Amino acid sequence: MNQAISIQNVNKSFGKKNVLKDIKFEIMEGKIYGFIGPSGAGKTTLIKMIVGMDIPDTGSIYLLGEKMPNLNVLQQIGYMAQSDALYKELTGKENLMFFASLYQLNKKERKNRIEYAAKLVNLTADLNKKVSAYSGGMRRRLSLAIALIQNPKILILDEPTVGIDPELKLSIWNELLRLKNEEGKTIIVTTHVMDEADKCDVISMVREGSLIATGTPEQLKEKYSAQSLDEVFLAAGRKDQ
Amino acid sequence: MRTLALIKRILLQIVRDKRTLALLFIAPLLILTLMNLVFNGKTVEPALGVENGSPQLIESLKESEIIVHEYEDISDVEKAILKDNLTGFLQIEGTETKLTLLNDDPTAAKSIEMKVKQVISKELQLQVMGMKPNNDSIQTNYIYGSKDTQLFDTFSPILIGFFVFFFVFLISGIGLLNERTTGTLERLMATPIRRGEIVAAYLIGYGLLAIIQTIIVVLFSINILDINLVGSFWNVILINIVVAIVALSLGILLSSFASSEFQMVQFIPLVIVPQIFFSGIFSIEGMADWLQVLAKIMPLYYAANALKGVMYKGLSLSEISYNLYVLLAFAFVFIILNLFALKRYRKL
Ligand SMILES: Nc1ncnc2c1ncn2[C@@H]1O[C@H](COP(=O)(O)OP(=O)(O)OP(=O)(O)O)[C@@H](O)[C@H]1O
Ligand SMILES: [Mg+2]
Repeated sequence: MNQAISIQNVNKSFGKKNVLKDIKFEIMEGKIYGFIGPSGAGKTTLIKMIVGMDIPDTGSIYLLGEKMPNLNVLQQIGYMAQSDALYKELTGKENLMFFASLYQLNKKERKNRIEYAAKLVNLTADLNKKVSAYSGGMRRRLSLAIALIQNPKILILDEPTVGIDPELKLSIWNELLRLKNEEGKTIIVTTHVMDEADKCDVISMVREGSLIATGTPEQLKEKYSAQSLDEVFLAAGRKDQ
Repeated sequence: MRTLALIKRILLQIVRDKRTLALLFIAPLLILTLMNLVFNGKTVEPALGVENGSPQLIESLKESEIIVHEYEDISDVEKAILKDNLTGFLQIEGTETKLTLLNDDPTAAKSIEMKVKQVISKELQLQVMGMKPNNDSIQTNYIYGSKDTQLFDTFSPILIGFFVFFFVFLISGIGLLNERTTGTLERLMATPIRRGEIVAAYLIGYGLLAIIQTIIVVLFSINILDINLVGSFWNVILINIVVAIVALSLGILLSSFASSEFQMVQFIPLVIVPQIFFSGIFSIEGMADWLQVLAKIMPLYYAANALKGVMYKGLSLSEISYNLYVLLAFAFVFIILNLFALKRYRKL
């Protein structure tokens, strides 16, 4: 199995606040990785750095063997931000179209991928509505569709299922698992929902800018002698203090 | 072509935003029309009260477009002026002449004072030499314009340049600012787009709008407002396109120092208003030396020079090309700075 992402001794501060402390981490191809941890722990900051939107103060990040930021690698990354960044004056379809052109898909690919992504997030019927008329959940779903638009090798999703109803959440997770199993995609998610974390192959707990524990859900439960990930989360917090 | 996709999106967003479209295309026309009406208002003939004037003198005064009210034995001049709404009052007692001016409007006061002095000195000449002076003894020639030139004719080229600058600056600046505040600019950094492509798309997208705006404004000014255009129409368009590029690159540059639309608007008194003072609406030659130097760093100074040169003086492109080069240099510097300003997101 190949390494998809390698994070080497990454530090990041905002002003005096040290947000990421000496993060070292490897991510293998074809697995789902979950980052969990309390609000403000530094998950989003780490993810932005993996995508290359932000630069580490020290240390480096490699994706698919290339040092980030790298424009060719970005072609292979589907990113969904924690806060939706959409063009509200445009329709859902126009948003998808715009991002598809940024990834330079040809006309036929564009059509197919827009159809696929919209169907996956159940937005096909609302594609011609302006985003300003979308509900919060619909915007979230459109953001997810955009992350999938160019059929990327790596998916990086920052709290992808916030504001999405349980039924759709389940079908999105089924699709993520299918993408991993059938198409060998590498997927990184952050989440506060422990039963989602349970579906990941590897979980990393982030706390105050450090990775305090990494392993499969079973390994973590064993380590903290807990029944559920919720208990792991709480136990890790307690131990930390 | 990522730039193309971005341009398409920018134009689509603007087209959806009817208010902004109106601001870009209709607001300059409204303001120009209004200014045209204000500046081209007819001058009212001033009213002058006269006591003891000879019929000869009164005739001469009337010839110089003064409305004459004759009075006899006035004790309180001030009261008469206020009561009869006069601009001035002329009293003649033998060789003594006394002029009292209302002076609520210094321009009106100065103008009537000059006219009265002229008439009186003519009268004296007549008495002394016993001959009628020739009214047409001075023949006036004009290098630029004609005797019908109005203040607005020299203003209007500057105003056209100003409006192109102002509206393009504001709208492009707020355009990129929106992209920043909604997080979409950061989101773009997660796609394989280059910083240069973003800057280019903004320049081209808003540049296209600016070209349309310029053509509308210039056509409207010349055909409907009847503003003088001595030089070539195409040169006017060319100058305005260059002005628009400067405004665009400055607008999107300053938007990186603003974190809200309100802060963008705060740049207007800092960046736009001073440029009006140095654009030639007020005489630059009369300013202190150091102020004149300041004028030279204002893009609008060069824009105004070029536009006035072509529209009013009828200069050719080569005669105003210096101004265009300076403007292009401004644009070049701003564009480079823009690339640096985006660097805070990503190095590529
Ligand atoms: N641009 C920034 N400037 C200053 N501080 C920042 C900035 N971005 C993040 N931080 C700080 O970094 C810390 C980590 O933030 P981050 O967004 O990574 O948390 P998170 O783990 O994603 O939290 P959540 O689960 O709430 O999304 C927080 O304390 C936050 O205040
Ligand atoms: Mg976060």
